[in-house]
Amino acid sequence: MIRFERVSKRYPPGLDALSDVSCEVAEHEMALVCGHSGAGKSTLLKLVAGVEKPSGGALLIGGQNLAALSRSALPFLRRRIGMVFQDQKLLFDRTVFDNVMLPLSIVGFPRRDAAQRVRAALDKVGLANREKAMPVMLSGGEQQRLAIARAVVNRPSLLLADEPTAHLDAETGADVARIFHEFHHVGVTVMIATYATELFPAARRLQLDHGRLLS
Amino acid sequence: MRIWLSQHQDAARLALRRLAAAPVNSLLSLLAIGIALALPAGGQMLLANALQLSGTTSAVPQISVFMATNAERQAATEIGERLGRHAGVKQVLFVPREETLARMKSGPGLREVIEALPANPFPDAFVVSVADESLAAMERLSVEFRQWPKIEHVQLDSAWVRRLDALLKLGRTTVLLLAALLGTGLIAISFSIIRMQVLTQRSEIEVSRLLGATNGYIQRPFLYFGVFLGLGGGVLAWLLVAAAALWLRAPLAELARLYDLTLALQTLGARDSALLLGFAASLGWLGAMISMRQHMQQY
Repeated sequence: MIRFERVSKRYPPGLDALSDVSCEVAEHEMALVCGHSGAGKSTLLKLVAGVEKPSGGALLIGGQNLAALSRSALPFLRRRIGMVFQDQKLLFDRTVFDNVMLPLSIVGFPRRDAAQRVRAALDKVGLANREKAMPVMLSGGEQQRLAIARAVVNRPSLLLADEPTAHLDAETGADVARIFHEFHHVGVTVMIATYATELFPAARRLQLDHGRLLS
Repeated sequence: MRIWLSQHQDAARLALRRLAAAPVNSLLSLLAIGIALALPAGGQMLLANALQLSGTTSAVPQISVFMATNAERQAATEIGERLGRHAGVKQVLFVPREETLARMKSGPGLREVIEALPANPFPDAFVVSVADESLAAMERLSVEFRQWPKIEHVQLDSAWVRRLDALLKLGRTTVLLLAALLGTGLIAISFSIIRMQVLTQRSEIEVSRLLGATNGYIQRPFLYFGVFLGLGGGVLAWLLVAAAALWLRAPLAELARLYDLTLALQTLGARDSALLLGFAASLGWLGAMISMRQHMQQY
């Protein structure tokens, strides 16, 4: 599903975030991207999501080379990917319900069906009774689960998460990890950048060290 | 198609919500636009009224020929015949001095003055319609008539109509100039308001983009915001002009009465109103468009 072929990413003025990374993540697989802080975990996920463009090499997602993707085609790629950001990027002036609704209104999902989908996604992450709440009223763990609900409401085939259990206590972290496992079990390809590898014991590991992939 | 329509509905609703979310800001912006538009709109209203006024007065150019007050009736008859035979003259109307005296006496306030005079102060006169109504031809004719015996004075009656026409033309140019100037101002206002909107909605724009929103989706509520801003300003301008018309109606009618004219100041007509609102909405949209175009270039 995702193939890195000698991918590198260099930020100006000359910082190599990733160098010569080659690997593959198969469909329905769960992969962890691990490594020390600054190893290039977030960069790797950003490349997959099309937030950043590789400086060299080829990155194929579902057979499509991201480097060759036009700017106007990018939104349509992103719609097929669910993303949980390190800083969550929730909209604090909208209710929980409207936060999850956003991806659906972007693709122009029919309104009535959309509401059902939003409720189903909220139910899945255990926030069914908080739909009218504002994000500030949620605990850290609940906010993280809200971010996951927003990422999966479009039913993407690929789910990316950047440090989804950071800043959470052990119990809440395990709870969030369980949600990712559930999506993996129903066939979603999952890629998670994390330190907390012990929460995902069965997942394959992609170990990064100073921008290089250790085999 | 239904998706497209519902996305437009959502965008319009979002724009309205944003307008309502900061009522004081919105109101002041609308006021700025409204006042800016009220100037050319008010000018157009006055112009339309002046046009109507000039339309009701006779614009058929005539030449008035006045005999000397000491001229005999015989001389006047001769001049009348000579005028009638002249190739450039279409029609001649003789106004005897007695008739003029009688008409003036019937007017208010003048009776005492006229009766105090020892003799009839008015001359015999002719009102001449000409074949060629161009200004040059008429001026040629009046110079010619002036040289005839016993003729005291020749006057081009169309002069004031022509002056009014010239004034109206000037008025129209002024209104156009004002509209162009303040229209540009409206674009600038819309541009900067949308720019501020974009800055306050920055996180929403960023998140939407990350979730796969197209540029069209991101722009749409801002463009609607611009349209509503322009449209609201246009409505406000219309109301301002209408209020001014109502307020000025009585004093202007009185002034007009002094000049023997009937004038009921009308507010903007249907065509001008539609034009004003369309103009305002398009310029609001244009300002928003330029603002978004500039913002989108960062990506």
